[in-house]
Amino acid sequence: MSSDARSVAIAVVSTIVFIALVAVLVVNSPGWDEVRQFFFNGERFRESFPKVAEAFLVNVKLFCLAEVLILVFGLLLAVLRSLPGPAFFPIRLLAIVYTDVFRGVPTILVIAMLGFGAPVLGISGVPTSTFFWAVIALVLVYSAYVAEVYRAGIQSVHPSQEAAARSLGLSRAQTLRFVIVPQAVRRVIPPLLNDFIGLQKDTALVAILGTVEAFRQAQIDTAASFNYTAYTATAVVFILVTIPLARFTDWLIERDRRKQLAGRTA
Amino acid sequence: MNENGWALSLEDVHKRFGRNEVLRGIDLRLAEHEVVCLIGASGSGKSTLLRCVNLLEPIERGRIAVLGEEITARGVDVNRIRREIGIVFQAFNLFPHMSVLGNVTLGPRKVLGLSKEEAGEAGEELLARFGLADKRNEFPDRLSGGQQQRVAIVRALAMQPRLMLLDEVTSALDPELVAEVLSVIRELAREGMTMLIATHEMGFARDIADRVCFLDAGVILEEGPPAEMFSAPKNPRTQQFLQRIVAAGRM
Repeated sequence: MSSDARSVAIAVVSTIVFIALVAVLVVNSPGWDEVRQFFFNGERFRESFPKVAEAFLVNVKLFCLAEVLILVFGLLLAVLRSLPGPAFFPIRLLAIVYTDVFRGVPTILVIAMLGFGAPVLGISGVPTSTFFWAVIALVLVYSAYVAEVYRAGIQSVHPSQEAAARSLGLSRAQTLRFVIVPQAVRRVIPPLLNDFIGLQKDTALVAILGTVEAFRQAQIDTAASFNYTAYTATAVVFILVTIPLARFTDWLIERDRRKQLAGRTA
Repeated sequence: MNENGWALSLEDVHKRFGRNEVLRGIDLRLAEHEVVCLIGASGSGKSTLLRCVNLLEPIERGRIAVLGEEITARGVDVNRIRREIGIVFQAFNLFPHMSVLGNVTLGPRKVLGLSKEEAGEAGEELLARFGLADKRNEFPDRLSGGQQQRVAIVRALAMQPRLMLLDEVTSALDPELVAEVLSVIRELAREGMTMLIATHEMGFARDIADRVCFLDAGVILEEGPPAEMFSAPKNPRTQQFLQRIVAAGRM
């Protein structure tokens, strides 16, 4: 038996033993029957899960639409904040104030202000759909975070890259577009995915507007049955989406690390 | 009748970083097809001088003219000027996210407006001339230092510059890789490229230069044909510098 196979076998056995021990401990602890009844009720789970999963499609629509807009708007903010020279100071200032404000205000507050407030204004041409305003609120908040991630990436590209590009006669904008931003984005893909996971979870906040997404659906079920298993079902639905993305992020980070090592020894 | 006829002319150029005056009145003229080597200790201002000529650093005083046009004047289109001047850096500064051919064709495509095919064809021809044809699809990380520096030279040449600036292009290389880069530069000199070269390779400078300038504390202390400069330097500082180079076994 090779030492690799041996390590795997030991890991598998020790994991099984550990899980079994924890399971025995939990099942035999006082109050477990009540916990199981209210949170892990198989019958209620089977009933709630399809409804919650269907409502989750609203969350999927929310975070997919918002993410596309966030990636574009965030990059724009980051670029504006990186503009050099005194003439661009007001633009830099605006970008700084924006990120400070929207990173500082609780997401739920922005959703409430826009979701409840904007439709009331009744200004012609302004949409009254809560879904629309929910997307806008998420975009405003998350673009502030994503802009900072992009900015870190832009700053991590060595100034000698800019010197090389400018020395070929490329303009500042061309240098940004063809040399700096492509390198910056590649470096920040893992943290961008992290923020994407955060966004997916925060779509549940939209429930306060009455939009029937997964969490709101679970609340409705819970209120009708006095049983919290619907929440468990909702948690499972979210986790089914976020965990694969988290593993994918880990894989990307690991791949980048290995690529850099290979580059160094070559 | 002043700077016309010169490929490059510097008059009383001053440059400071904060309180540190790096260039303190540089006067230098290069005729077309002339190869001039700048020698001097680290920190004597060689790199700064080259960066000023390429307008990567603004100067405080004086003027720089390329092919008769003053490039340090107000309102000059720096992007147009830089097209005419190729620069090669000590640390290569290749774009790591692009293939070798991508590096070589970026300038011609985006600045000169060549199509991808035109630029690609010209780029491949240049790469082939410098023995890099089989590397065109490699990424810079996968090349040796010598190959990377040759690609950087080709990238600058692809813009068809009228003047080349070389900033200690062999200093970051393992000793056994220096020769391949120097032979490329010799080839350029043979073809008549006007070059201003900052270097620590004294043997190479003696070989290739029409004129050698000794830079010390931001001024050109002494200049002359290499035979004179290396065998009978007049200035005591030049003598001292060259003695130290000989003692270090670098000549």
